[in-house]
Amino acid sequence: MSLEDVCYRWGGRASFALNIPHFQLSKAGSVLLLGESGSGKSTLLSLVCGTITAQRGTVRVGGTDIASLSAGARDRFRAEHIGLIFQQFNLLPYATVLDNILLPLRFAPMRRARVPSPRAAARALCLDLGLPPETLTAQAGRLSVGQQQRVAAARALIGAPPLLVADEPTSALDAATQATFLSLLFAQARASGSTLLMVSHDARLGAQFDRVVRMADITQTMQVRP
Amino acid sequence: MILRLALASLRARLLTVGMTILAIALSVALFSGVEKVRTGAKASFADTISGTDLIMGARSGSVQLLLYSVFRIGNATNNLTWESYQDIAARPETDWIVPISLGDSHRQFRVMGTTTEFFDRYKFRAGRSLILAEGAVMDDVFDTVLGADVAATLGYAIGDPIVVAHGLASFVDHDNQPFRVSGILEKTGTPVDRTVIVSLRAIEAIHVDWQNGAAIPGQSTSAQTIRQMALEPQAVTAALIGVKSRLQVFGLQRAINDYPHEPLLAILPGVALQELWQIVGIAETALIAVSGMVVVTALIGMMATIFSSLNERRREMAIFRAMGARPRVILSLLIIEAAVMAAIGALAGLGMLYLGLLIAQPAIDASFGLWLPIEPPSLRELQVVLGVVAAGAIVSVGPALRAYRMSLADGMMVRI
Repeated sequence: MSLEDVCYRWGGRASFALNIPHFQLSKAGSVLLLGESGSGKSTLLSLVCGTITAQRGTVRVGGTDIASLSAGARDRFRAEHIGLIFQQFNLLPYATVLDNILLPLRFAPMRRARVPSPRAAARALCLDLGLPPETLTAQAGRLSVGQQQRVAAARALIGAPPLLVADEPTSALDAATQATFLSLLFAQARASGSTLLMVSHDARLGAQFDRVVRMADITQTMQVRP
Repeated sequence: MILRLALASLRARLLTVGMTILAIALSVALFSGVEKVRTGAKASFADTISGTDLIMGARSGSVQLLLYSVFRIGNATNNLTWESYQDIAARPETDWIVPISLGDSHRQFRVMGTTTEFFDRYKFRAGRSLILAEGAVMDDVFDTVLGADVAATLGYAIGDPIVVAHGLASFVDHDNQPFRVSGILEKTGTPVDRTVIVSLRAIEAIHVDWQNGAAIPGQSTSAQTIRQMALEPQAVTAALIGVKSRLQVFGLQRAINDYPHEPLLAILPGVALQELWQIVGIAETALIAVSGMVVVTALIGMMATIFSSLNERRREMAIFRAMGARPRVILSLLIIEAAVMAAIGALAGLGMLYLGLLIAQPAIDASFGLWLPIEPPSLRELQVVLGVVAAGAIVSVGPALRAYRMSLADGMMVRI
């Protein structure tokens, strides 16, 4: 994954723009991106995931220039290549855990093809992440926050997408569950050979990552005259 | 899977979704109920008289003849003479003929003079015959058979004496010749219910001491003497005719219409009923339009609930988007949800209709004489269901497009 000379400017707030001259991630590593809120972390993730496109520069994921794809193809690309975990409210609360885990496969036929038996894969992931098998049929909204994050991790990991993007996945968890969750996530990411890009404001997490990048080091935030 | 998620999402919002479905169900039940009553009324109306091939009367309009001879509404402009009646009765095409003589009343009910053959020949609702609830058909000149409504309204029982008034809104009673109730008919839902039936001879009998519509002063013939009189009618008001072969209906009709000695009119009851229904039928269109509006209102209510749910569902849409769902998926998700709600509502509405019919059918038949058949859903009802589903999907396009734009703008990040 690489970003070259990227500039994104918000439509409404023209006075603020995010500039990333160069940012690269090597394959199968883990990177912690540190930044305060408002430093453009979420925007960076949206750029990587292709829900927004930069006005300038290129964003490549797995060698593909995201901006060159059509909107529909970008959605498909995201489904195929990126597993996402958010801070919280990751799951469709009314659906079962199993349906939640299988949801990305619905939009990613290639990723789906890598999983011979989606149900078995979901079950195995749940076990690996320390979720009892009976949670699969439970309604996602009934689980505790910690369990929900693990389900979200299982959903991001299913079908082994090359890139895992986690946006402050542990900030809603207490310290003990944080540590367990992270070690499980690391183990699974390594097992599936996925690159892990995690965004956080918590520098203490850095020790477990291959690389720690500060948001301020890769961006040039500047005031632009309209 | 999308359908399963849509259903789960609906289940999670059981209360609002339930209320929306209830509104649609009620509107569909109302709409199909009105439809049911309308077709039932139309069928009942068309079934007022059956088995009769022709109705003959003095020349007037066909609807008018139908109104006074069958529905006892309005008056005959003229009678037809007994000679003409017998000429027609003697024609080879005529299988049977039943005379009807109108013009007198008992309280608010019309009195009809006829022969006992009327009870065999008059058919309604696809060939059903008149049935006596109590008593027997008239035997004596002064016997009378009452329609169900007459007996119920006036509280008559077998053997009660009744007095027939001359004319229709008259204070002059034929009180020197009181009648006796010999039989009471079962409810039919036809104008027969509101008719006092006497023999044709009785109509002559009560007019024995009358001339030119007024009682001859001082003259009074005893009932005993009257019974011995011939009492040949001078004229009758109308006649119901059956032909030997259906092929002869038009021939006989033409023969009657061209009858040289008197201007006569013969009508086909079915055709005249159709003509009459076209006049009555304007009201049914209004009724349909109103109940159609109720369905539209319910669907717009559904659109409003979907609109108002969009904001609280932004997170849900963002999750879909993050998982790689195209905005189109969100569009279709909302439309599927709306269609499912409309379908459940429409089917529940039909269910309510049938339940209501099961409960109320006998009561409606008894009190209005309106028979609403319980049949498997007709093509028309299926069309209503499909129409409601389609309309539900169409009205949901509005909120779905809004969701589409919202999810496009939000992407996978929602700031609430």
